[in-house]
Amino acid sequence: MRDHDVQPSMLTRRGVLGGMGIASLALLSAPASAQETVDLDVPGGPSMRMVTTSYPQKGRMILQRSSPPWLETPFEVFDQGVFTPNNQHYVSWHWANFPADIDVDSFRLNVRGQVNQILSLSLKDVLHGLPRVDIAAVNQCAGNSRIYAVPRVAGAQWADGSMSNAIWTGVRLKDVLDRAGVKAGAVQVRFGGLDDPAMEGAPKFLKSLTIDHARDREVMIAFAMNGEQLPLLNGFPLRLVVPGWCGVYWVKMLNDIEVLDHPDTNYWTATGYRVPDTPYNTVKPGETGFKMVPVTRNAPRSFITNIGNGDSVPAATPALARGIAFGGDCGVARVDLSIDGGKSWQPAQLGADHGTYGFRQWQTQFTLPAGGAHTLMVRCTNTKNVAQPGFRIWNPAGYMFNTIETTHVVAAKG
Amino acid sequence: MLRAVLPIVTVLGFALLAYPGEAASITTLKSLKLDVPTSDTMFPAGPESDAINNNCLACHSADHVLNQPSLSREAWQEVVNKMITAYKAPVSPDDAKAIVDYLVRTKGTS
Ligand code: HEC
Repeated sequence: MRDHDVQPSMLTRRGVLGGMGIASLALLSAPASAQETVDLDVPGGPSMRMVTTSYPQKGRMILQRSSPPWLETPFEVFDQGVFTPNNQHYVSWHWANFPADIDVDSFRLNVRGQVNQILSLSLKDVLHGLPRVDIAAVNQCAGNSRIYAVPRVAGAQWADGSMSNAIWTGVRLKDVLDRAGVKAGAVQVRFGGLDDPAMEGAPKFLKSLTIDHARDREVMIAFAMNGEQLPLLNGFPLRLVVPGWCGVYWVKMLNDIEVLDHPDTNYWTATGYRVPDTPYNTVKPGETGFKMVPVTRNAPRSFITNIGNGDSVPAATPALARGIAFGGDCGVARVDLSIDGGKSWQPAQLGADHGTYGFRQWQTQFTLPAGGAHTLMVRCTNTKNVAQPGFRIWNPAGYMFNTIETTHVVAAKG
Repeated sequence: MLRAVLPIVTVLGFALLAYPGEAASITTLKSLKLDVPTSDTMFPAGPESDAINNNCLACHSADHVLNQPSLSREAWQEVVNKMITAYKAPVSPDDAKAIVDYLVRTKGTS
């Protein structure tokens, strides 16, 4: 347990987690003038965040929480291409107690439970003993965009940057399970990593998938993203990748796979991460009497990345709108732009398809007819013919927001 | 944020993607030994700040709570209850009340 400095000082620099086996280094406080900040521009609470470059293997990130780290991808990164650079892939941990010192020779991935053969795989076994697969997939936190909930709700106050796209390289979970030999009667597979709760008695972070999902040949154990080993904070050395599903399932520093013959009852699977069982998981604030179900699949989303709120756009002159979209649990069928607040829509041209579950770039020309204020909107329809809704999604924990995005611009006579 | 959007002629075409390297070529992983920053910032001093400092910094840093929106007393009560029931934070009933008071005073909705 931690021993706290009792002085009410903002400037103490003692590593308070020292002694728990965690390499610690207190964030140095720079003079206010030297500290870069970003204004997330929302009412109802603090909207300024520090921009940090203090985390290992990470570039400029928005600091949502120091420890355990919640580091958000700055939005402008999404305009630079469909693959998020590893050093700006967002970071989210539940417990601060994870190792910062990982030896690749002694690391083992254990497979146990309802299997014929318990496995203890080295990283060499994983890299060289099983067929390799690559998949492009968006890792998005279920709480992405929570800061925009109206009314506001507690939780990680992510703007739109708790999502990132990568090409993941690894092995199929099915191949690992087949090597162990799943016994009849297996119903779920539970995943755990090297992170442990900061206090005794608190629930270890674990997530489970059904045995059929675990063996669908898409769920994989990744050892590389974008051709390089994973950054520590994104789950080095191994991470579960569940294409099309929320990031909470993508267990980091994966070292334990347990095949269960009963539904998992641990807190994070059985109680946490719940949304109303209503269309679009939306309810009215204060409403009661709905059933809660776990968050699972991503929903379609799209963003304009080259034009921001408050930007000025030349009037009566063709301009370019560009951005990214993803289908959620399937591919992108189409992206449409509206320049009249959603009354009419024009189709956008889609960029190269790098994989069903990844970001897809889109672009289109548009011409604002006259000077003054205009509202741009962008809408993704996925290959299951599900489109983003126009109404504001809201639920008590702020999960699964995928309302059509709106950008307010001013047309200026050129 | 005021930025001018360039007319179409100057920005034609998709942003050039830096295509990631040949993924399948990775053959070994390298051990890591890094320092992950923590924070020992305390809550701003004031009535009941001892209670929140003593009970709410073991699992997450103060900025986690300070970055939360303004919430009603009921919502703050729910947060504190959740820490105790779901995450097993050992908070005495007296401290729980003091923490809710601190949060309502510093981060309440009214
Ligand atoms: C035993 C560990 C622990 C302690 C002690 C603790 N928390 Fe938490 N808290 C968590 C975890 C785990 C989460 C979930 C968010 C995450 O995964 O990081 C959380 C989330 C929160 C949230 C976001 C709302 C939500 O439901 O996720 C708030 C606000 C919060 N804590 C405030 C507090 C306050 C105030 C205290 C002091 C009474 C406190 N916490 C003490 C573990 C703890």
